Amino acid sequence: MHAINYEAPKSLDEAVKLLAAHGEKARPLSGGTDLLIQLRAGTRRPEFVVDIKEIPELARISFSLQHGLKLGAAVPCIAIHENGDMRKYYPGLTEAAHLIGSLQIQSRATVGGNLCNGSPAADTTPALVALGAQARLAGPKGERIVPVDGFCLAPGRTVLQPGELLVELQIPAPERHASDAYLRFIPRNEMDIAVVGVGAALSLDVSDDRVVEARIGLGAVGPTPIFAAEASKSLIGKTLDAAAIERAAKLAVAAATPIDDMRGTAEFRRHVVGVLTRRTLAIAAERARAANQR
Amino acid sequence: MANKVIVETNINGDPVELLCEPRQSLLEVLRDVLELTGSKEGCLTGDCGACTVVIDGRPVCSCLMLGVEATGKKITTIEGLAAGASLHVLQQKFLENASLQCGICTPGFLMSAKALLDRNPNPTEAEIRYSLAGNLCRCTGYDKIVRAVTDAAAAMAGRGRPAHGTVPSETASGMAGEMLAKGEVK
Repeated sequence: MHAINYEAPKSLDEAVKLLAAHGEKARPLSGGTDLLIQLRAGTRRPEFVVDIKEIPELARISFSLQHGLKLGAAVPCIAIHENGDMRKYYPGLTEAAHLIGSLQIQSRATVGGNLCNGSPAADTTPALVALGAQARLAGPKGERIVPVDGFCLAPGRTVLQPGELLVELQIPAPERHASDAYLRFIPRNEMDIAVVGVGAALSLDVSDDRVVEARIGLGAVGPTPIFAAEASKSLIGKTLDAAAIERAAKLAVAAATPIDDMRGTAEFRRHVVGVLTRRTLAIAAERARAANQR
Repeated sequence: MANKVIVETNINGDPVELLCEPRQSLLEVLRDVLELTGSKEGCLTGDCGACTVVIDGRPVCSCLMLGVEATGKKITTIEGLAAGASLHVLQQKFLENASLQCGICTPGFLMSAKALLDRNPNPTEAEIRYSLAGNLCRCTGYDKIVRAVTDAAAAMAGRGRPAHGTVPSETASGMAGEMLAKGEVK
């Protein structure tokens, strides 16, 4: 690995100043499970590595039913799974975080890093897209908030500008009968890169099982994670029956733009998008019916 | 370029002040700077778990962490497992069950097992297998390792050796996977 300079600022201000001073020569370090591999392989060669884990604001999970969730960019995946609010209110995002790698990896890897790394197959990004998450960024020109849908531009490329840093992910509080789910297909039991990943979030009117809100996120079936807008829209106002789920699954398949690669063919991936869309919708619906959170 | 920095940390209960380059992984620092060569280098990509150490109670691949990130942390390596000449019960049970052949993966397995038993002294077989899933062994086929950890948990709790022989069925991943496996959704 090439020589680097390491800084571990204790405040967001300090981190922003450091990153601004070094621009493209700097890279934030969170769990390091992607960055250290990239440094070793020489695919990223920052001169300055800015460790963001010492910044209290970035290292915390803050949740209330009034204000929703603020998930710090440096929170390790294992802390999400160990958090009762996360398991209760965002089970889909929690299961996505708990699917990434081994316990060794989950002890370090972060949802923020998963997003900023920009992999089309990131497990937590479709779950974030389904929840309508927003990313709070801080940089030399100040702060801005951007939707996670659209955050990734191409494999390994995101909207982050040189010197800009992900501070936290913001997710609205769930409605009374709302929940989410994430499933991925891999050819093994555990610890692999998604061939297809699907996240779904639903809010229901349980008096007649009508869908109030629906969002479906797709992973590993395009150059970036995908928000399946038509599929999501098709559910809103409808009773969540088999026909509605089938229609949404077909529209989700149509939204996917997969390629053939070593993990699977485009044709197989399209098929799996349909299967996982049906399943995640069914699981999210079951959870949403059981939820009673206000 | 040798822009070395001072790192103050705690390793196996002892405060340690060391000098390393920021580019050095914790694994390199342990092995090359501190000459604690029990932690092994396998894949250098976080896949094999041979370099596993326990940091503030959690298992971590020391190849995927910079040495400078150890500042202020409490680190346990394989060298901290035995008390002098007296083996840790996990080490003893690995020997009794012949849970190793070439031995390269063993320190990592022991540290993952220690992190598990420290948090969960009475794990199920499925929990043991899940907790050891980040460690690869190409010799043993894993069963003897799982038995050793089961025996160690029983010994630490003052119980006898439990019956063996159940292997959990294949399950889909995660909480949603559990719902699928239970037939709660189709």
